[in-house]
Amino acid sequence: MADATLQHDAVQHGLPGEYEAPLFGAYSKKVGMWLFLASDSLTFGALLFAFSYNRISMPAWPTPFGKESIANATIMTACLLSSSLTMVLGVLASKRGDRAWTRNWLLATMAFGTAFIVLHGMEWSKLIAAGLALPGFPKTPGGSGEYAAVAQAVPQFPATFFGLTGMHMLHVTMGVIYLGVVALRKWFLPILGAIWIVGYFLIPSYSVFHYGIHVLGVALLVALIILLLKPKDYDAHDVEVSGLYWHFVDLVWMFIFPLVYLMSTRIV
Amino acid sequence: MHDVAMHDDSKGQYFWVWGALLVLTAVEVALAYKQVFQPLRMLEILLVLSVIKSALIIGWFMHLKFERALMRWLLVISVSACFVIMYFFFFPDADRILQLGVK
Repeated sequence: MADATLQHDAVQHGLPGEYEAPLFGAYSKKVGMWLFLASDSLTFGALLFAFSYNRISMPAWPTPFGKESIANATIMTACLLSSSLTMVLGVLASKRGDRAWTRNWLLATMAFGTAFIVLHGMEWSKLIAAGLALPGFPKTPGGSGEYAAVAQAVPQFPATFFGLTGMHMLHVTMGVIYLGVVALRKWFLPILGAIWIVGYFLIPSYSVFHYGIHVLGVALLVALIILLLKPKDYDAHDVEVSGLYWHFVDLVWMFIFPLVYLMSTRIV
Repeated sequence: MHDVAMHDDSKGQYFWVWGALLVLTAVEVALAYKQVFQPLRMLEILLVLSVIKSALIIGWFMHLKFERALMRWLLVISVSACFVIMYFFFFPDADRILQLGVK
């Protein structure tokens, strides 16, 4: 048993052993993550093509993003780009075996990711209050209703906008939780649980942040099952694999930001 | 120990990539503010800039540049081929609808 563990460890770390050589010269977790990201890129590709198709084929495409929205989206982009830098620094720290700085850089990455989610949620709230909403969205009190007619005339815009950015925001949220599990392990569970309880009872049901609370609830359950049934200490490989996921989230935004925001500007 | 990294891991290169990504983002925002291009041309320019940015992210931040050539090419070619197929299905049709004047 001990031999098997040692040989398994040798394969995991790319050392010569009795078992098969690492696939493509990389350990299996990394190859698995790359394959997942390749398939996920096609999901986002389809959504981006659907958005671009509608954008090109419809001359009466709405342009609801003024200077304030573009500035907000630019700050969101800077947050994600900076989070990728802190993630890389976290991966480097984990390769050095520096656990404290690995955790610190991962927490910094989570902070940038959270800032992105908050800014994006505020943008969504503003648009929904202005009437640019999907039929299932709850009514926001006190909105101007400025874009209600636009949403009715070109329903493809809210459908593709909320579909695409909502899918991306879901990925960012899952990424922040993933990094929280890798950085803090079981200590992340009470933090996530506290956020979920506070958010569930204090955030009004019409707020877009209330939708996110349900995501946190599901993520809490999954993290609970993973960490309680199979507790483990995450190593440099796990940090690198989580980094691949995080950079992918950043990568997708590099297409969403220009195609969705910069192609629908109203700058006078 | 080839799996995590066998390349130059100096922090400086990552700061350069981060800076380049911020500069390219600033160029995109400036183009949007100027609004000198028609939507189709603007879309093409923004897509080119996005591809450059994504190459920087995939190559350096995701370390694909430092992976084995087989893995690098297999991933890039397979995903790119899927997008090329999607492109030839979607864009000519979107442009055709525009030319037909369908509102």
